[in-house]
Amino acid sequence: MAVNARSGAITYSGSGSSVVARPHRHKSISYEKWGYFFIAPFFIVYAVASLYPLIMTFIYGFFERYQVLGQDMHNEFIGLDNFRQLFSSPDVARFAGNTFIIWVVGFIPQIFISLILASWFTDLRLKLHATGFFKVVIYLPNVIMAAAMSFLFWALFGDTGPINQMIAERTGSIFQFMVSIPATRLIISGINFLMWFGNTSIMLMAAINGIDTSLYEAASIDGANSSQTFWRITMPLIRPILLYVIVTSLIGGLQMFDIPNIMTRGAGGTDRTSMTLVMYLNNFLSGTRDYGMAGALSIILFVVGGVLSLIVFYGMRDKDAVKADKQKRKLIRDRKRGI
Amino acid sequence: MNRQYDIAGRQNKIALGTHRLVSYIVLIILACICLFPFIYLAVYTTRSHSAIQQSFSLIPGNYFIKNLISVVSDPTRNILRGMFNSLIITVFATALSVYFAGFTAYGIHVYDFHGKKTAYTFILLIMMVPTQVSALGFVDMIYNWGLMSTFWPLIIPAIAAPAIMFFMKQYMEASLPLEIVEAARIDGCNEFMIFNRIITPILKPAFAVQAIFAFVANWNNYFLPQLILDKPETQTLPVLIQQLRAADYSQFDMGKLYMFIALSILPVVIVYLILSKFIIRGVTLGAVKG
Repeated sequence: MAVNARSGAITYSGSGSSVVARPHRHKSISYEKWGYFFIAPFFIVYAVASLYPLIMTFIYGFFERYQVLGQDMHNEFIGLDNFRQLFSSPDVARFAGNTFIIWVVGFIPQIFISLILASWFTDLRLKLHATGFFKVVIYLPNVIMAAAMSFLFWALFGDTGPINQMIAERTGSIFQFMVSIPATRLIISGINFLMWFGNTSIMLMAAINGIDTSLYEAASIDGANSSQTFWRITMPLIRPILLYVIVTSLIGGLQMFDIPNIMTRGAGGTDRTSMTLVMYLNNFLSGTRDYGMAGALSIILFVVGGVLSLIVFYGMRDKDAVKADKQKRKLIRDRKRGI
Repeated sequence: MNRQYDIAGRQNKIALGTHRLVSYIVLIILACICLFPFIYLAVYTTRSHSAIQQSFSLIPGNYFIKNLISVVSDPTRNILRGMFNSLIITVFATALSVYFAGFTAYGIHVYDFHGKKTAYTFILLIMMVPTQVSALGFVDMIYNWGLMSTFWPLIIPAIAAPAIMFFMKQYMEASLPLEIVEAARIDGCNEFMIFNRIITPILKPAFAVQAIFAFVANWNNYFLPQLILDKPETQTLPVLIQQLRAADYSQFDMGKLYMFIALSILPVVIVYLILSKFIIRGVTLGAVKG
């Protein structure tokens, strides 16, 4: 270390540092301050572009302020009134309900099919061919612009779209998918499913591939069949990643916006039954900008999202690292006590 | 005895065979469901408006060139302009987020400065804060600074990309020995040059994977652009698609609409088809630990 430090000092003198002039005062050259130089851009940009806006958003949540055509109409502190107004109208609960229903209807088949696919792709006895091709195909919808997917499905299910042309040929009338409440929701859930089941499958496949194969060999020698190995070995061992997949999907569901917004033209469909929380927020942000309501709604979204994120953060921590950390802390505590 | 084993073995084989058959059937059905929207889109870009209005068909027509020309020459929703805007924002935002993610991760990985652990934990914590919750303050700030309908608010914030930074940090833990840094110091490099000249080549594979994902995410980004890009000449493709949906479609040429959608997803589809191997390998990186 000393050698390195000294050689560092020699080279460093070139940049005009005073370090070399007083080598007796420094045992080693400290490069550690460079760390601040490297993390500075990230933190400066984050502070300006995210943290400051976040704080301002929170502050606006306690003000009554709105704009019409860019002109401030009103600006005063009103405490918790925005929250009272949000919670006293049925809207927030309804839109949270819409968001949850649309998410869950897409997510249940997604996790179910992903688990099946992941177990098939990793099954040593099944030895499926062309898995590479299937992976590429099922992941494809995930990289496509959600706005475009949504538009395409609207074109497919619209009043003059191909589906209705076929219905009209058989029955003589059309079915208005964009007016029917369950149909609109189901189409949005369906797009969510289509876009995300490939991603989830690949995540779960990686999780299953991480399991020690000798466990499966031992199980097969003991005469366990596929479903037994799946439920007794695979499931318990991929539980942390399953938790990760579920909660990150839930966080993604909370932010659902692109698909329903394009599909329903930002109006939320019949009687706003496909309006999600972020679409509601977006309505406060565009047009007549309502700072108070948007701020209060953002705080609610932040809290819910934060709780979900913490579940991931603590659920995903390396168990051995946590144990080691605890032991270290205990050691320090004991030392302080003088044991 | 032997015959019994034989029967059991045969039954096992039959069971495995049926299992395999069922798997293939399900996989083929799922593959068809995934591919159908793209086949449908591709076929419909070749059909004329009147043919599309008449009946459903997956037989290609001969209107491809005509639809292409009518999309490209439409001045009200200028797709070439939209593609250019999307491309500028995507390229710069991607380059900045990947470079500075590596930059930040390097700072935390190599130096033992005071508050390093706090800084890292902070980045992990902000990783999952959705952009939507600070959108109000952000749009307000951009409005006050007079930067509405400019690209800056969509490019500069990319410097702080916590998820990419987290991935780069993990990559460095696995494949960046600190001896390299020390050797470079002996050779007389300063720290900034060490990162640019010596570390970035080592990080190239990680940069590549993250750049692909950042490219796709930026290209498809819709929420912030639709709040910031007010003027038509600055709008990106997702915002233009929103306006197509909001307009009165009964007066539209449907063949042209399908062509518009096809062109707006085409760059990502091409990137995906070329790099799918890396993309699929990259899906799980950075997300799953052990």
